[in-house]
Amino acid sequence: MRQRGLPARTSMVSEANPILEATGLTKSYGGRPVLDVDRFAVRGGEVLVVLGPSGAGKSVFLRILNLLEPPTAGTVTFAGREVQGLQGKERVDVSRRMALIFQDPLLFRGSVEENIGYGLGVRGVSSEQRDMRVRAILDVVGLGDLAAKPVSTLSGGEAQRVALARALVIEPEVLLMDEPFASLDVPTRRALQEEVGEILRGRRTTAVFVTHDQEEAARLGDRILVLDRGRIVQEGSPREIFYEPETEFVAGFVGFDNIYDGEVLSSEGGLALIAVEGVEIEAVSDIEPGAGVKVGIRPEDITLIPTSEVEAPASSRNSLTGKVTEVELRGPVARVTVACPFPLVSLITRRSLEELGIDVGAEVGVRFKATAVVVIGEGR
Amino acid sequence: MIFILRAFKQAFFLIFGFNREFYGVIFLTLLVNATATFIGATIGIPAGVALSEYEFRGRRPVLVLVHAMMGLPPVVLGVFFVLLFSRSGPFGFLDLLYTVPALIIVQVVLAAPIVAGFTYASLEDIDPRFGLQARSLGATHLQSVYVKLREARAGLVAAIIAGFGGVVSEVGAVMLVGGNLKGSTQMLTTYTVQEMRKGNADLALAAGIILIIIAIVVNVFLTRLQAGKGQREVETKGVTGAYIHG
Repeated sequence: MRQRGLPARTSMVSEANPILEATGLTKSYGGRPVLDVDRFAVRGGEVLVVLGPSGAGKSVFLRILNLLEPPTAGTVTFAGREVQGLQGKERVDVSRRMALIFQDPLLFRGSVEENIGYGLGVRGVSSEQRDMRVRAILDVVGLGDLAAKPVSTLSGGEAQRVALARALVIEPEVLLMDEPFASLDVPTRRALQEEVGEILRGRRTTAVFVTHDQEEAARLGDRILVLDRGRIVQEGSPREIFYEPETEFVAGFVGFDNIYDGEVLSSEGGLALIAVEGVEIEAVSDIEPGAGVKVGIRPEDITLIPTSEVEAPASSRNSLTGKVTEVELRGPVARVTVACPFPLVSLITRRSLEELGIDVGAEVGVRFKATAVVVIGEGR
Repeated sequence: MIFILRAFKQAFFLIFGFNREFYGVIFLTLLVNATATFIGATIGIPAGVALSEYEFRGRRPVLVLVHAMMGLPPVVLGVFFVLLFSRSGPFGFLDLLYTVPALIIVQVVLAAPIVAGFTYASLEDIDPRFGLQARSLGATHLQSVYVKLREARAGLVAAIIAGFGGVVSEVGAVMLVGGNLKGSTQMLTTYTVQEMRKGNADLALAAGIILIIIAIVVNVFLTRLQAGKGQREVETKGVTGAYIHG
């Protein structure tokens, strides 16, 4: 049974036929470019995370995809049809196959169910159908008891659930989310991330999820795309983004707090020897010798050991000694900076900090695997 | 002191004695003010929406004009309309001077800019993302404007209250355009002026009391409309985040 104004889901969408694509997309405000995306595609059923710092152009990008704003140049293709620049009824018809959730719930005056039914109402869905679908979605987001409540009485988390339900009830072919959890407190955010992940996967909803939070990106993304100053700088699986960053920017953004300039001394059998400020470091890489590179190490991949345990460099393992210059306590974990002589930041538990008796001025051993070192070629 | 008490007593008899002539004045006042407010809102609200929602050529000058008209002394407007409607004026052939339609026209011209200005201001105060959110959920542009108007309801009611306040308190323009003709274009305000001049402070006071009652009754009704179904705007803002990141 088809509802008026709600086109049937396209079953043609698959990996081979991306549902939403963009090519050569640019946007400028008053001559200032804010977005420049060469190629972009969302495949049916995947959750694509767009990760980037604030001001990277993420929100503009979503608004263009949702046809709320025209691009300065380029094309947007929805289900095989070029749709950028559509006007009036044609624009609305395409826009209605998507839904966008903002950072703030932006609930309309009225009750929870009135809000959730809004999208169905403007599509002309009959009130009986509307009630039925609103009830069903209320259960999905766990708000069954709040249907009649005025939205002004909701908590922040509840309000964002209503916003989520208001978009999901439309059964959009693509759900666009613009940092929907950024204003929530940490426990609420975690709970909602988990739930939304389950809901999206359970319904095989195609989604584009924008965030500046790398943890959130890792939790939700089937694929991640990193945006920096309006450009896509890397695209890949969460594993690739978090462990094989291709540029210094991505490395820094996804948590490689240790990034140094280095020079490749030798490279053999996939193991490279790299000089960083006079210290030799082994890294798993088949980069050519002689090249200037950037070397990145995640602080949680660096372990601290007593100096007595520091041995001669073993295969695929780096061992150094240095003096602790800074200890920063962060609840259950601690960030320890060791001068080796270049500053290496290690993230260890507070317990090991105490067990090792680490304090500023102490001598410690530092150890990290060659596989933990990411090597980024020059010019990236 | 005794004089004032006597005036109150007279006013009481006038009101509860259902003086035919006096009630004629009340009726005309209600008719003209209500009609002018209604037509003024019908013009002013869409005009305010247009100024806030659409970019068109001449938007800025129109906005300045609307704001200037909001503060225009009504008596100046009265002079202007007398010239327009006088026999030798451009609209003299309509024979409108000293008629009820002339009263309504001049009050519409007073009320409409007030309603438009307040409507514009209250829409500008609404987070523009409400419109985007509505459109992203499938609303047409017009449907998204409706969402914003609903969010701005308190401001819209204030706009109508201000428009009504402008016309109900008006003397100069209706005096000039209507001529304060007994039994045909005499309104409560002009009646008050006339009776005061004649030394009938009791009659003037009676008219004043009626004007105050009208103002209170209308504003109680409108304020109830403004508050909605017992919803408090103050709480909504924090939770829905309307103004947090605006």
